[in-house]
Amino acid sequence: MAQETPPPSGRPLTRGSDPAPAGRTLLDDTAITRALTRIAHEILERNEDASRLYLVAIPNGGVPLARRLAANLSQIADVQVPVGVLDTTLYRDDLMLTGERPLLRATEMPSAVDERVVVLVDDVVKTGRTIRAAMDALMDFGRPRMVQVVGLIDRGHRELPIKLDYVGKNVPTSPRENVCLRGRDGGLEGPLEVALLPADPRGDA
Amino acid sequence: MIGSDLLGIENLERSDIERILHTAVHMREVGEREVKKVPTLRGRTIVNLFFESSTRTRASFEIAGKRLSADVVNFSPSTSSMRKAESILDTARTLDAMDPDAVIVRHEVSGVPKCIADVLDAPVINAGDGAHEHPTQALLDLFTVQQEKGRIDGLTVTIVGDILHSRVARSNIYGFLKMGAEVRVAAPPPMIPPAIEELGVKSYTSLREALDGADVVMALRIQSERLAGSYFPSVREYAATFGLDRSKLHYAKEDAIVMHPGPVNRGVELAHDLADHRPSVILDQVRNGVAIRMAVLYLYAGRKRERGQSRSAS
Amino acid sequence: MNRILLRGGRLLDPASGRDERSDVLLEDGVVKASGAGLAASGAQVIDAAGCWIAPGFVDLHCHLREPGQEYKEDIASGGRAAVAGGFTSVACMANTHPVNDDPAMTDYILDRARQDSPARVLPIAAATRGLEGKVMTEMVTLVAAGAVAFSDDGKTIMDSGVMRRVLQYSRLVDVPVIVHCEDRTLVADGVVNEGPVSTRLGLPGNPAVAEEVHIARDLLLAEATGARLHVAHVSTAGGVAMIRRARERGICVTAEVTPHHLMLTDAAALGFDTNTKVAPPLRSDADRKACREGLVDGTLDAIATDHAPHAVHEKDLEFTQAPPGMIGFETALALVLDLVRQGELTPLELVRRLSTNPARILHRPGGSLAPGAPADVVVVDPERRWTYDPAKGYSKSRNSPWAGQTLTGRARLTFVAGRLVYDVERGVVAP
Repeated sequence: MAQETPPPSGRPLTRGSDPAPAGRTLLDDTAITRALTRIAHEILERNEDASRLYLVAIPNGGVPLARRLAANLSQIADVQVPVGVLDTTLYRDDLMLTGERPLLRATEMPSAVDERVVVLVDDVVKTGRTIRAAMDALMDFGRPRMVQVVGLIDRGHRELPIKLDYVGKNVPTSPRENVCLRGRDGGLEGPLEVALLPADPRGDA
Repeated sequence: MIGSDLLGIENLERSDIERILHTAVHMREVGEREVKKVPTLRGRTIVNLFFESSTRTRASFEIAGKRLSADVVNFSPSTSSMRKAESILDTARTLDAMDPDAVIVRHEVSGVPKCIADVLDAPVINAGDGAHEHPTQALLDLFTVQQEKGRIDGLTVTIVGDILHSRVARSNIYGFLKMGAEVRVAAPPPMIPPAIEELGVKSYTSLREALDGADVVMALRIQSERLAGSYFPSVREYAATFGLDRSKLHYAKEDAIVMHPGPVNRGVELAHDLADHRPSVILDQVRNGVAIRMAVLYLYAGRKRERGQSRSAS
Repeated sequence: MNRILLRGGRLLDPASGRDERSDVLLEDGVVKASGAGLAASGAQVIDAAGCWIAPGFVDLHCHLREPGQEYKEDIASGGRAAVAGGFTSVACMANTHPVNDDPAMTDYILDRARQDSPARVLPIAAATRGLEGKVMTEMVTLVAAGAVAFSDDGKTIMDSGVMRRVLQYSRLVDVPVIVHCEDRTLVADGVVNEGPVSTRLGLPGNPAVAEEVHIARDLLLAEATGARLHVAHVSTAGGVAMIRRARERGICVTAEVTPHHLMLTDAAALGFDTNTKVAPPLRSDADRKACREGLVDGTLDAIATDHAPHAVHEKDLEFTQAPPGMIGFETALALVLDLVRQGELTPLELVRRLSTNPARILHRPGGSLAPGAPADVVVVDPERRWTYDPAKGYSKSRNSPWAGQTLTGRARLTFVAGRLVYDVERGVVAP
């Protein structure tokens, strides 16, 4: 999930030092792999000219997914699709509300955006605000020919008119529950899973 | 947890400094884009309240604010009318009524930013007060060293010059010590502040000893107009004993870097060729200054003071 | 009512050395009698159980700002603040506008005091004209007009030749010459004690040696001239040590210390509160301890407030611009009671330094409860807890670092010439 508050000071800057809280697995690694294979096929189906594709991951969860998608596309259609990382934090619409400003994440855009078919990749899409912020950020980098969106999990509760072009799985949830992509030890290395966590008594993450 | 105001490095935690440096890395990336603007502080008002004039620092804050899409307003009360007509606190209260999202204060007397922060609702960022602190300068110096050397822990940093009158020296002393470096100061005796070693540094009157094994050499500007003749006899003698040139730099480590907050008195603190070429990283400092100030504005501007929260937590 | 019986208090009379439970009878403006179980016979009886009965405090050093700066204090408001603090006599410095260097000015001050001040006011005249440190004032004429001492306090006499002649001439009138010891060329633009605090604050420092150099100079000149030297507001360990040695050598010197120099150090300035800016500055803890020891062993004879009012808008400036000084009449007692609480002084010895010694230094009646002494008396409640709000005090100004703090010890009743002028329950009682 892209929008979240940073850990309290004193803890390391990287996420993932908490013991994994209990939760239900919505998708295990095998299911994720299958979904990403299907989505790669769908992308190729919708976009005749695969040479224009540009996968742009929204950190942190979108990054491993975008890399896997790039690998899939390379395997299926022998096309090398560039992978960029675009942090949306500076484009968020809720920065003035939170007590402490969230930590920034890396942005690396190896390719120019102009005339590309940019495929934004995010792990969990809920309100749609992150995707909106990503599009604003993208526009500051250039003028894409088209923007499409991959969401591994669509959990509904849109607050903006954002639709997903490619969905891994639709999961109905209560707005206060949390859905996140995670690997072993809380990071994003190795086999991944999508977990559904109960409502955080401390309030919205 | 970062406090509401950035008044100095003395009361910052190491984790606060790390957070600012981490944020600056990403702000520097914004400065490398073609469109060097993000909408983060759009519609926010940042006031530069500079009682003491300054071209570089003010321009740096202005660029930083504009890159974050903020509206930057410059307010430079002419000091003579200030003294007679309106007190500093009256000026600050008037500004506060216009509801700015951050007020950046520079003044030639120590303590003024804190006094302003005590009456303002808006967050106050100290852009230099007297000889007391200049936190954003120290932060950009820390950032520059971190980028150059990959770390700050365990490095030896030598600061040379008019330590007594220097806010840059004080803020850097606090900053580098908190980040794990060893800090030395070197100056002619009248310019070593009393009890400076209580801050945790070692003081030297021999430049050679102070430079021995240093990884970072920071030269401070000498205000020759004010001081030559009373704190040291002449600029000529200062340059000969404490001015840096390539031959004196041999006492430091081979890969030592040279820094200066600017503007440089060529031929006094730094020899001509040292000012413009490696190992001097002065231009990097300036570039990093914008990134650091963007980071500071991002982290402090527009945050509402919580009821009952101590105003000057930093 | 010209007969008042104070019953059952703890009598503290340093002049006679008595510290005992006693009654004190005041009649017709003098102390009539004291002792246990006095008969009331028509006197108004006031119960003083649990309180001290002491001679009214005498302040050797204050600034009443009249004439010229009445917006921050005047003789009336200063006099009221004084009696609220238990002071029955106050000696005011000459750095008014215009300077009190002329008998007409001295007359004016005494006249204003007679009309409007519940406390006795003892004018200190300038030692040099206009406080310029060049030409001595007409000391004989000024003493005849009522001046009790001479001082250039507020400034310093930098020219040692002038200082020497001032001291020589003062022998004609045999009153103290009170010196504010600060070598201006060493002070330069210093605003806080030079040391770790000035380094941390990045403010120009005022080194201890600036005071010590002039104390050394003035002690040597006093020895050479035989004048009566009184050192104002001693703040340095070096200064205390030199005065001690000078006394041992028989030099005629007395000295005072302020409550703030006994209680605070330069660390109080760390928040840039201009109410802690004072001249001489608050110094290191070692200096503070040396001043306390000096007061205890008698090297420093007296406690003097250096009550220095400044308006809010004047203190509301940058630290380097704000004028130095703090008000002190109403907090002095509570602060110096700390020496009793810490066991450094007995109550009798504290009263000696607040009343008897200052009166002796000025050659004034006062500081004594012997029969026939003027009925300048203070009844002190040493345990009374109160919160100090300068806005509710009698001084026109509010520049005190103790604003808002809870203090222990307060004057309960103050009498001047046998008349009640202050009652803590009612405030200053009008003439």
